[in-house]
Amino acid sequence: MPIDKFRNRRTFLRQAISVVPSVTFIGSASELLTANGARAAPTEQPSVPYQPTFFTSAEWTFLNAATDRLIPSNEDGPGAVELGVPEFIDRQMESGYGHGEFWYLSGPFVTDVDPTLGYQLQYTPRAFYRAAIADIDQVCTEAHGHPFHALNATTQDDVLTSLQKGTLALPHIAKPAEFFIQLLANTKEGYFADPMYGGNKHMGSWKMIGFPGARADFADWMQQPGKVYPLGPVSILGERA
Amino acid sequence: MATTLKSVDAVVIGLGWTGSILSMELANAGLHVVALERGAYRDTSPNWSYPKAADELKYGIRGDLFQRLSKDTVSIRHSTDGVAVPYRQLNAFLLPDNVGGAGVHWNGQHYRPSPEDLKFLSHNVERYGAKFLPEDMTIQDYDVTYDELEPYLDEFERLCGTSGQAGNIRGTLQPGGNPFEGPRSRGYPTPALPDTEGALRFAKAARELGYSPFPQPSANCSQPWTNQYGVRLGPCNLCGYCERYGCYLYSKASPQTTILPALMQKSNFEMRTHSTVTKINLSPDGKRATGVTYVDAAGQEFIQPADLVILSSFQINNVRLMLLSGIGTPYDPRTGEGVIGKNFAYQMMSESALFFDKDVAINPFIGAGSGGQQIIDEFNADHFDHAPHGFIGGGYILGGTTGGRPLQQLNVPAGTPMWGAAWKKAAKENYLHTSRVQTHSSVMAYRGAYVDLDPTYRNALGMPLARITFDWHENEYRMTRFVTDRALEIVEKMNPKSHTLTMRKAGDHFNTRQYQTTHITGGVITGADPRTSAVNRYCQSWDVPNLFVFGASAFPQNFGYNPTGLIGGLTFMGAHAIRERYLKAPGPLVPV
Repeated sequence: MPIDKFRNRRTFLRQAISVVPSVTFIGSASELLTANGARAAPTEQPSVPYQPTFFTSAEWTFLNAATDRLIPSNEDGPGAVELGVPEFIDRQMESGYGHGEFWYLSGPFVTDVDPTLGYQLQYTPRAFYRAAIADIDQVCTEAHGHPFHALNATTQDDVLTSLQKGTLALPHIAKPAEFFIQLLANTKEGYFADPMYGGNKHMGSWKMIGFPGARADFADWMQQPGKVYPLGPVSILGERA
Repeated sequence: MATTLKSVDAVVIGLGWTGSILSMELANAGLHVVALERGAYRDTSPNWSYPKAADELKYGIRGDLFQRLSKDTVSIRHSTDGVAVPYRQLNAFLLPDNVGGAGVHWNGQHYRPSPEDLKFLSHNVERYGAKFLPEDMTIQDYDVTYDELEPYLDEFERLCGTSGQAGNIRGTLQPGGNPFEGPRSRGYPTPALPDTEGALRFAKAARELGYSPFPQPSANCSQPWTNQYGVRLGPCNLCGYCERYGCYLYSKASPQTTILPALMQKSNFEMRTHSTVTKINLSPDGKRATGVTYVDAAGQEFIQPADLVILSSFQINNVRLMLLSGIGTPYDPRTGEGVIGKNFAYQMMSESALFFDKDVAINPFIGAGSGGQQIIDEFNADHFDHAPHGFIGGGYILGGTTGGRPLQQLNVPAGTPMWGAAWKKAAKENYLHTSRVQTHSSVMAYRGAYVDLDPTYRNALGMPLARITFDWHENEYRMTRFVTDRALEIVEKMNPKSHTLTMRKAGDHFNTRQYQTTHITGGVITGADPRTSAVNRYCQSWDVPNLFVFGASAFPQNFGYNPTGLIGGLTFMGAHAIRERYLKAPGPLVPV
């Protein structure tokens, strides 16, 4: 019954998020899975739960719930929450990227141009999370009686889909789909980036797809096209799998 | 209050590929050379040594090697009656920064032009008639032939230690090379790198269709190579981190791996980083450059007088500095008069991801930005009869993998959602078994495609942004449909389980969110006539003869190849003309 099993896991995650926003879910979730016989727990467990620096408790709860839907955990491999994607995003918010160093953010801001002319909002990545999460939770509460994290998975997926399509009207955001672009991009970044940034714990995503990470030396393999590459990934800080 | 410094023989604006070549050549000629670079100094060690070079988030996604758009960018609109808005996030094309410029993060795809690319107007008019060209197309000839340029194309290949298989040596076709290339005086410095699995499958299918595939020429050397400046490069290992990355192996040619180690030792060369040139200063009659004004990191303003000024920044920055300095007549799209900003062009790509069965090990992570790929050139330039097709130009088709970095190079089959369990399952099942086929094509010049100064938006120093007015045209929609259809025939022959297709279709606007190439061109174009070009065949300003402007800004239109090989050739030709003729008798090298 793998489907039920993972539904239980998600329910557990959601409850955990709701009750104690700042606790780490990785250890607890893995123990639950081990108890169910689904998977051995990772050998290393973070001793101190990650405490978000940028995100508020409500935002952190949203972020965990949303990234869990964008890349769920199931029999195919690890999900975003399991790999520390929320931690990754929180840490990115404190970087130059989070503060908008990479984007031109001088006005005037003209938003009624053809979308092919690119992002035209005034938000830094940090400011965008702050403004959009509050709006989304408000809209969910008005429509469904609960903020995003407390909705069932189907409704959460519907909300994310309408956000992606730009059909979810948000009170303060001119182009809601732009926020989805950022949220999904940051989620995949945390999933696939080198573990030193806080996501992709133990190179879980690299192991899942077969990417050897920072090996970056195929002198012995460039004369053997088509052969199965046998080595697991390494990370920039020297972790091996 | 600006501080006026002691005069030097030559000042070089921007220390990327062309600025490094000019600095080296002029320093070798005995001149006192000062290079002003707006960015920082960077080198293989410590900036991109192993393993920190293999960081997709830092380099591939955030773009650590690129211009920080918060400090400077461009604005873009689709037509002259539209409002331009800033290019706020780097997507469609990248903007380089710092010492080495785009020469650090390029892919090393190192081509020569086809002979007809250099006389593209007269060649097409002669073959197809003037009426074959759309009324608003403004393409022009270079004032240099392939044979005249050949020694300098060769010189740049020697500088880079470029690997490849020659197709035509002094008129004799070479097996396994590009049968369409112009005659070369000799082969590539180093042999072609080994093919990746995806490239082998592409080449086999292409041969079955009657084409002549050949290894993509690559500025990643395949064997140790010592160039004419005594700088040594080491062989590429297909590490999979090329485009957007510095090369930790000293394999990919860049100013850092081919010129700077020799240049930095010269006592008559001085580099000043964090020095942004805001203006080229002119004599009262406007006919002579007296030097430049620049701002350092502390905001201090300096005037650096010089006898010779070399403008060698990235294409768009060359155009802007010409406009800000009031050199040459700004282009006016209503009348077609004026030259500075004229004939902005780009390139057009299409791309397929091919998904093979689980028993096919493509290993996409084994690859290089250029080495290990296979190419066909049958549908590029004027290598085929365009008469039945109603367009000019074309592109090459390439097959293989340049890397398997999962954030940028992981594909999922068409119809797969972008997120959720179905996306994850598709990513997992297809990653190791995905190869690519791409087309890389020309874009012609048009009356309404140009660069001027934005009236509204400014950079961090208060300089106006360069404003790009550009969109696709019918000629290019037809071209990409035709070339992509040929690519899809090869894809079908390769027999994958399925494939995706990304192609610009008729009516699509230029989409600044979609990466294609960084090859933006034109604005300070080269030609034979001062009324229609900004610089002569040596890239010397027609208006200010002690100013030379190098780079892709010189291209009258954009061809189907990656531009760096041609830029290198034009730069060496100009450098030799300065050393051998100009320094002996400063003045116009081509009579006006």
